[in-house]
Amino acid sequence: METKIGLEIHCQLTGVKSKLFCSCSCDYRGKGANANVCPTCAGLPGTLPLLNRKAVECAGMISLALGCKIPDEIAFYRKNYFYPDLPKNFQLTQYNAYGITSIGVEGKLEYGDGGSKSTRIRRMQLEEDPGRLVYESGSMETSIYTLIDYNRAGVPLVEIVTEPDFSDPKDVRLFLDKVTSIIEHLEVCDTKLEGSVRCDANVSVGGGNRVEIKNVSSFADVEKALRYEITRQKTMASRDIEVKAETRHWDDARKVTKESRTKEEEQDYRYFPEPDIPAVVLGSEFSSSVMQLMPELPDARKDRFVLDYDLSAHVAQVLINNKKLADFFESALKTYHSPKEIANWIVTDLMGFMDEKEERLFEGLKIGPEHVADLAKLVDQNVISRATAKQILGQIVKTGEMPSSVAKKTRASMIDDAGALAQAIDSVFQSEQAAVQDARRNPNAANFLLGKVMQLTRGRADPKAALELIQKKLSEPSS
Amino acid sequence: MELFRLSAGQAAGGIKSREFSAEEYVCQLLERIKKVEPKVNAFVTVNSKEALEQARALDKKIRDGQDAGALAGVALSIKDNICVKGLRTTCASKMLESYVPPYDATVVRRLKQAGAIIIGKVNLDEFAMGSTTEFSRHGPTRNPWDISRVPGGSSGGSAASVAALECAASLGSDTGGSVRCPASFCSVVGLKPTYGLVSRYGLVSYANSLEQVGPVGRTVEDVAAVMNVIAGIDEHDHTTAAVGARPVYSAGHDGGRRQQQQPQLRVGLVKEFVEGADPAVAKVIHGAMDTLAKQGCRCEETSLGAVKYTLASYYTIAMAEASSNLARYDNVRYGFDDLNPEGYEWNSYFAKARSNFGEEVKRRIIVGSYVLSSGYYGKYYLKAQQVRSILRKELKSLFKHYDVLIGPTMPILPFKIGEKIVEDDPLKMYLVDIDTVVANLAGNPAISVPAGFVAAAAAADGGGLPVGLQMMADEFQEQKMLDAAFLFEGAAKVQRSPEL
Repeated sequence: METKIGLEIHCQLTGVKSKLFCSCSCDYRGKGANANVCPTCAGLPGTLPLLNRKAVECAGMISLALGCKIPDEIAFYRKNYFYPDLPKNFQLTQYNAYGITSIGVEGKLEYGDGGSKSTRIRRMQLEEDPGRLVYESGSMETSIYTLIDYNRAGVPLVEIVTEPDFSDPKDVRLFLDKVTSIIEHLEVCDTKLEGSVRCDANVSVGGGNRVEIKNVSSFADVEKALRYEITRQKTMASRDIEVKAETRHWDDARKVTKESRTKEEEQDYRYFPEPDIPAVVLGSEFSSSVMQLMPELPDARKDRFVLDYDLSAHVAQVLINNKKLADFFESALKTYHSPKEIANWIVTDLMGFMDEKEERLFEGLKIGPEHVADLAKLVDQNVISRATAKQILGQIVKTGEMPSSVAKKTRASMIDDAGALAQAIDSVFQSEQAAVQDARRNPNAANFLLGKVMQLTRGRADPKAALELIQKKLSEPSS
Repeated sequence: MELFRLSAGQAAGGIKSREFSAEEYVCQLLERIKKVEPKVNAFVTVNSKEALEQARALDKKIRDGQDAGALAGVALSIKDNICVKGLRTTCASKMLESYVPPYDATVVRRLKQAGAIIIGKVNLDEFAMGSTTEFSRHGPTRNPWDISRVPGGSSGGSAASVAALECAASLGSDTGGSVRCPASFCSVVGLKPTYGLVSRYGLVSYANSLEQVGPVGRTVEDVAAVMNVIAGIDEHDHTTAAVGARPVYSAGHDGGRRQQQQPQLRVGLVKEFVEGADPAVAKVIHGAMDTLAKQGCRCEETSLGAVKYTLASYYTIAMAEASSNLARYDNVRYGFDDLNPEGYEWNSYFAKARSNFGEEVKRRIIVGSYVLSSGYYGKYYLKAQQVRSILRKELKSLFKHYDVLIGPTMPILPFKIGEKIVEDDPLKMYLVDIDTVVANLAGNPAISVPAGFVAAAAAADGGGLPVGLQMMADEFQEQKMLDAAFLFEGAAKVQRSPEL
């Protein structure tokens, strides 16, 4: 049975600082209720919207990064519906039914390993976020009254609508990772902020009715919600039950989708062009001027990592998937230029300490790029062994101490004194005579002796030097 | 000396030269208001205390030798759909009964900066929807020339307060003729600026793409003086045009002199406007054309074919925009006091609150919602917009041949209160806007100037009823229009204020 999945991604342009149609701050998180509100975003009688050009620029960047075409002229439409979180009881958005007026159309984004997959972008539109309803008891069902906070009302929002090109929820996840990485690289949205990116999905199985899934709070849960929903629809189909065309809400606690309690009727939004914002003529220069403003995009950055730093495509990809990680890497290079070593420390070791949830990547870790640079330097210069470095890393992520000072303190410095190392090897040869005999016949068995030497020196020996000495000693005639 | 009779120019001159104080002037106006309001009912709110405070502050400024501004001490009334900080702005609706705006409309801010005194807020049809000022929460305003008749609308309070000598000038708003219609009915001057010339920031929107704030005064000169203060680009309104920093208009002796130096004014009488008018009105308009010809204008009859589509187009667009603009009035954030939300959920509360709109407003919201609904947009709204571009094209070509197009402002004489409110035939009232909506649809400037009186047997005092001459010019050609209006005003010498 063919599965078709399409997405609607909402992304707040937190990088713009002020609201889409007034100069109020977008930074509403943690602010008092209705603190960031002026007559315009409160929709008071007589106020007029003033378009934020910076928001148009940022939306233009995303549009280009998603391979969309930008029309020469954009316009805003009123989407009319009654809801208490809308100060004007209409939302200013963009609409393409009577001619293309949205900031982007007909895009395509490649994702997955080496861009092996692609999804078409139907359109991208710039619009205003509504306010926020605060339920007195925490949920709509049990509240006697509801409070309205208009701090969020008017925050610039970009809606990205894909074609239903996905069939596997895993691809959706990869796609969302890529989109996240792009908007982070463009510095238009801080995706770590709660509610700054939201995703609705629609899914149909075997040509059946389309079901919308809303209320998915994190990108990670989109995949889970889709898996649940696909299973539900397939099960129904196998029992010959028709899937209803409906909107279902993701229940984060029970990890299921459920029928919306409020009946969402087929709404007629009575779209018409906003008379207070004359059509915005962008012209052909807009794309090129936005292009100039655009920071390096993830794909280009990955190529550069592979070419300039000689990283493997895989390692480069892991770093790029998260802008913070990639920035961390490049910042470490400024302190000590050893790209492969530092990349490996980040990807194979440091990431093991990180929170699974991307948005909390470095949370609770007291480690900075200079720490990893220092660590790589100690290893490169044979001051400590790789094994010791790993131990140190495990400590400093919690303490924030510099690796070199830890190394000094625990006197973990490598036994670089050839005499001391030879003494340790002699002692092992003494105690492991059988193994020595064995190793003389079978060179692979030398590794066992090396292990014993490392054990004896508690890892402070340079394994390379020790192995050389062991092999040399084995090749000598036995005494 | 009856200071309340002074024009805006005379008042500012007298106050600045300390012939009399702003305080004396305002006191006289407040007394005049007290005296005539029981008959006229133009005011919704009289700003007595603050107006006096403003006047005293201005007098001090003048005594200290500071610049008092172009409209020093001039008392203006403001239509009650234009925001004045701290003064209740009701739009003559229950829905905004207790709404006090926290900001000044740009036009009001500019007036205050120019030394003008806001003497009060004046009546209108609810949310400016109407042509009679009868559809008001505060009761109908009466025509000072015959208080049994309507003053026109929707800026009826503006025109009536100016005609009744309760203030020197007023700001109204003109969506489909709402400044010019009452100016015509009350025998005063009313101007609808080119779309985009005057900021709408702070004007409560009825139909955004059509309306402009416009001045009402007893002379063309006063109207020009107010325009000089309020016109010009505003950073709060994207639809204001870059017409230079501030245009400066002249009407009066300068204008007259310039007129003499300039080539002959070309005047076109739009025959469709005259043909549809009451014969008595048409006669006055033909007389007006003769007056202009005697003043050396080249006058001829011309035709504007698109007129037959304009009313349908106008009402489609106005109602569509209104249906969306008025959606915000749900009494959640502001509105009126006596509807406790206890026991309601959203939708039922919205419905209950919004049932307090008046019948005419409800009608327009319903029709407007209908024409925008999916499947009908192309049939109505889009078609209506097409009429606008056809009309603009036709007007553009006419203005190659004429400096001003003239006709009656209103096709009929002021009628009796209650006469046009026919519950089952609202179209009858919409029809009287036929001559004025053209300028709103096309965006052109238009002015109504008193043209004379028609003796009406039915008139209460046996006197005449006013007729207004409408002049329309090409976009941003306000100066030409004011020149023509000034020329006509000087020659026609029509009475401006009745005895009350």
